[in-house]
Amino acid sequence: MNGGVSGWYRSGTPWIWLNAGAVAACLAMVFGLLLLLGARGLGHFWPKPVLQANYLAVDPPVTVIGEIADSETVDSGQLQFSAAGAPLSGERIERQLLKLGNRDVTGNDFAWILPSLLDEVEYPERLVTLERREWGNFYGFPSGILQNGEPVAAPSAQGEEADALWSELQRRLNRARQLREEIERIERSIIADINFGMERLRLRERRLQLAGGDSGEELRDIGRQRQTLDAQYAEIRLRLLELNRQIQRDSAIFRVAGGAEVELPVADIVRAYRPNAMNRFEAMGTYLARLFEFLTDDPRESNIEGGLLPAIYGTAMMVLLMSVLVTPLGVVAAVYLSEYAPKGWLTRFIRISVNNLAGVPSIVYGMFGLGFFIYLAGGEIDNLFYSESLPAPTFGTPGLLWASLTLALLTLPVVIVATEEGLANIPASLREGSLALGATKFETLWRVVLPLARPSMLTGLILAVARAAGEVAPLMLVGVVKLAPALPLDTEFPYLHLEQQFMHLGYYVYDLAMQSPNVEAAMPQAFAAAFLLVAVVTALNLSAVVMRGRLRERYKALETGSWS
Amino acid sequence: MNREYEAAGESAAAVELEPCLEVRNLSLHYARTRQALNKIRLTIPRQRVTALIGPSGCGKTSLLRCFNRLNDLVDDCVVTGRIRLEGKNIYSSKIDVTELRRRVGMVFQKPNPFPKSIYENVAFGLRIRGINSRRRLDEIVQESLEAAALWDEVKDRLHGSALELSGGQQQRLVIARTLAVEPEVLLLDESASALDPISTLKIEELITGLKKNYTIVIVTHNLQQAARVSDYTAFMYMGNLVEFDTTARIFTNPVKRQTEDYITGRYG
Repeated sequence: MNGGVSGWYRSGTPWIWLNAGAVAACLAMVFGLLLLLGARGLGHFWPKPVLQANYLAVDPPVTVIGEIADSETVDSGQLQFSAAGAPLSGERIERQLLKLGNRDVTGNDFAWILPSLLDEVEYPERLVTLERREWGNFYGFPSGILQNGEPVAAPSAQGEEADALWSELQRRLNRARQLREEIERIERSIIADINFGMERLRLRERRLQLAGGDSGEELRDIGRQRQTLDAQYAEIRLRLLELNRQIQRDSAIFRVAGGAEVELPVADIVRAYRPNAMNRFEAMGTYLARLFEFLTDDPRESNIEGGLLPAIYGTAMMVLLMSVLVTPLGVVAAVYLSEYAPKGWLTRFIRISVNNLAGVPSIVYGMFGLGFFIYLAGGEIDNLFYSESLPAPTFGTPGLLWASLTLALLTLPVVIVATEEGLANIPASLREGSLALGATKFETLWRVVLPLARPSMLTGLILAVARAAGEVAPLMLVGVVKLAPALPLDTEFPYLHLEQQFMHLGYYVYDLAMQSPNVEAAMPQAFAAAFLLVAVVTALNLSAVVMRGRLRERYKALETGSWS
Repeated sequence: MNREYEAAGESAAAVELEPCLEVRNLSLHYARTRQALNKIRLTIPRQRVTALIGPSGCGKTSLLRCFNRLNDLVDDCVVTGRIRLEGKNIYSSKIDVTELRRRVGMVFQKPNPFPKSIYENVAFGLRIRGINSRRRLDEIVQESLEAAALWDEVKDRLHGSALELSGGQQQRLVIARTLAVEPEVLLLDESASALDPISTLKIEELITGLKKNYTIVIVTHNLQQAARVSDYTAFMYMGNLVEFDTTARIFTNPVKRQTEDYITGRYG
């Protein structure tokens, strides 16, 4: 009766296959994304071998030193202008992106080469990779060390002597690193304290001037305090000068590709290693050190190198502040809408409007935040409370508070909708049970309904966090900047600096990928930052999911119990 | 016809016992169109068990929910007429509804313990009334659980979740929770219908024990249950009170034909 195809169709098998296929496609996309970000981002920190070879594409051939950063297959026709000597047959051939480094010496960091034209490829063990504070990576052979301009080690860099030179260089690098840490400690804590004190004195003076009247005694007091701070500063400045003189003592000479010798101050070197001489464990050590630097350090070289601690910190602070702002507001609004508002057309209209707000493009929220929060509210706050620092705005400028408020507004509908749904799902029998015991509506809400709706509220918060952490567009208008090394939470009163601008992972990725002056060098860092952004969002989500799981566990019988 | 039913109520109300709840001329409409109760006149005697029986949709649960004004929660429900509790009209504007609901406790069809500990379930009504002294709470929780014949089963796990109890235990917990706030009247809305026979038996025994101290009104579909536990029975049909009398007379010698048809199983 039921033929093969029709029977197969009626059994629902194609439907099941369609469902399973859709799930598989989703999983493939998610894992593909993570794999791409992970491979390109996390691989970036592994110390790559550096090759030395003769490149035959030009006449006479030149020596190149560098690491292979990328490779692709292109039509050879595209290559005739970029690399002389390329075959012109129209076949597809492989080309490689060689990271040459030494940007200060040669002027270009990267070059596309044809591997077929590399001759005498070798990986010299004594080749050194330097990571520097400026100008990117440097590749070369150490050939001497200068102390105060005088050579201390023989420039002949062969055999045993070369290894002795290498360990001497490392010893001097360590010394420079310790000095650097001392300088940074002084700049971060002591000088910052003095600057902060000076600024406070300036504002106090300005306030007195604005207030007018007789304030001679106070002004004299301010003068005395300022003198003390000035004296402290002069003392510290001398100490810093001395440290800076000491750190500039050493420099090292390197022989680069082509045989030229280059002198580099040791103080400018962040890290030095011999990539070709490393075994797996040493490479792992360098990998972890670079990863640690990425997570805990400040950015260098217009964000292309170094770490992104300020961006992680800024993202987390903003999301936390947003959660603190949006949760109470959303929950209270949802309680009113679902419990107290009369069930008429007005309530329905409000509910529809709230749902629609979730669909408004985020840049619109950014404009609103700029116009309302920053110019209007921030401007008023400045006029009322910070008039002594005008015309420099305090709150009338993009900052952490305004960014968090804008995102709180953006995510408010999500929290309201989720909470309302949760409230509607509380069984009527529980409310009646409470009311029948003589509880008022408020007591019922507070003691029975709201605790039960907590998992739904957390669901709303999870969705809100996921959306907020990934937003970039509105943040560009209301507080995120490319570079803000000062963290919004520190040890200076009032500890949480709501008016400060901050860095954000999403914007960091955008900036590296689209605005960087050195795109090839920035790309791996952008992938790593994107991976980290996914990780931060996942971590924030997971913590909320775990919390929700705990709550659900407590009410488990509610969903499966006898009266559900 | 209404005259006739009122007369029926009146004759049964001529009981020698003191009245606790007096229902006079009570009508209830949903959304101004569907009438659920039609000019009910009924007197419920103090410290006796009164059963409301009748086919589904006859209005017995609606009537029960008038006694603690739980119908107020339904938006489109309009009640006219009077119900006097100990002589005072509970539909008067001067009545404090929460206090009324404390005095008239209610147990629902399905057990509805709060997702809290057993102890906190019983203490719920007390905490709302501002009783927070640990000693006093302990005392009342124990008394209430003993009165609901549950103490021996739960005394070792008072702080365990109420949701882990069996259905019958949950229902007795709900009764204990209701008793804790010292009500005068207990309303049971088919409270044993979702339970197994043994749990039902326990609840019935409990009802019989409790009538010494409380006026009890039960709604039930189970005629044997009504016959077993109640002293008085009211038969309702289509929003009208058809007959009200002692249980013995309703089940052996009903006056109305409709009552007889119902209890002999000819409809309903």
